Amino acid sequence: MTRRYPGSQSNGASYASCKKDDQIMSVTLPSVEDWTGHMRLIRDNQDEVAFAELFRHFAPRVKAFLLKSGTEPTLAEECTQEALATVWNKAHLFDPTRASVATWIFTITRNRKIDALRKQRRPEPEDLAWGPQEEPDQSDVIAMTQETKKLGDALTALPSKQRLLIEKAYFGELSHSEIAIETGLPLGTIKSRIRLALERLRHAMT
Amino acid sequence: MKQNQMIKHHLTDKILMAYSAGQLSEAFNLIVATHISMCDECRAAMSSFDALGGALLENECLNGEPAPDLQATMALIKAETPPDRTPPPVRSTETPFPLVAYVGDNLDDVKWKPVGMGVKQSILQTSAEATARLLYIPAGVAVPDHGHHGTELTLVLRGAYSDETDHFKRGDVEIAGEDLHHTPIADAHSDCICLAVTDAPLKFSGVLPRILQPLLRI
Repeated sequence: MTRRYPGSQSNGASYASCKKDDQIMSVTLPSVEDWTGHMRLIRDNQDEVAFAELFRHFAPRVKAFLLKSGTEPTLAEECTQEALATVWNKAHLFDPTRASVATWIFTITRNRKIDALRKQRRPEPEDLAWGPQEEPDQSDVIAMTQETKKLGDALTALPSKQRLLIEKAYFGELSHSEIAIETGLPLGTIKSRIRLALERLRHAMT
Repeated sequence: MKQNQMIKHHLTDKILMAYSAGQLSEAFNLIVATHISMCDECRAAMSSFDALGGALLENECLNGEPAPDLQATMALIKAETPPDRTPPPVRSTETPFPLVAYVGDNLDDVKWKPVGMGVKQSILQTSAEATARLLYIPAGVAVPDHGHHGTELTLVLRGAYSDETDHFKRGDVEIAGEDLHHTPIADAHSDCICLAVTDAPLKFSGVLPRILQPLLRI
């Protein structure tokens, strides 16, 4: 895991706050929650501008997530680059009716982390790819985007003690038995949405 | 993989959240991924915990550390061969996809080792924190009465079995903790194959199984 990348000198930019990196983006900046249009451009056109915008938003978050999870800085940078390269390479597998872009990137980041830190493969459920000619229903995509926003707002509104407990679980500071599932968050509505999307997908597959 | 609409016994939210958060050992990851491949109910629940992970990621920011290198990432992308975008075929085999890497495509080709009374097992290669194995229970045969020190998850892949608590069919997963002492018996009409995962050795009630246990690694 000590690959060297050509021309990997950093541009030296660093972000003082979560918001600052959003401001340097171009006019095509989507609302914070909806990056599905960028994913489509990356998937269909291999659009490097769209990728660069998505990178500027998500790559610092991915790296911060990895650092908080106890990854060494050099490895965190390496894993971040690999995770974002995976976003490009697997853009065709992203299904916006079942996950937000942030959620999908979270799963890629988590899997990279397990690969790199534990040096073991993580068994993943069978992929349910949607057919290339079947574009998802836009209203389903919007509904998923809205549910994700609600979840994010609810997370921000949680008492800090409860929020810390959730963060600890996801950053790897709690063992499996210490994890508390009473999150106080509206996960049930997201689950119902995903369940419907899966039913439609199953219907299309048969 | 064709969905089994009849799945009655599911994974708990706690296990699904731990899976989503990346906190389980390889053996437990394997059984969770296998069950989810057969069960859309649990896939949706897992995805909702992934959404929570996404919400946490969205809130993260760097505190003075250098921003990730876009040029290096583009170089990485261009150095790799372009991805194969043909959608994976819809599988309809008996062995769920995550398990194929561990046991092969066909459950009939598994190399079994006898455990006694016709029961056979095959231990899978996973990291050492927990053990995963396939269990083969001939029709009508009982697995010796046993309890559990830690957690044991059992997922039915073929046939069905019953114990003191309920009846378990293909896709069903039984979660046994410290409090459960059970004697699983395969249905009379067909042999039963299960994937079983434990994070601690089982506690057998009989003397003979206890003596054999270290040899059998169960």
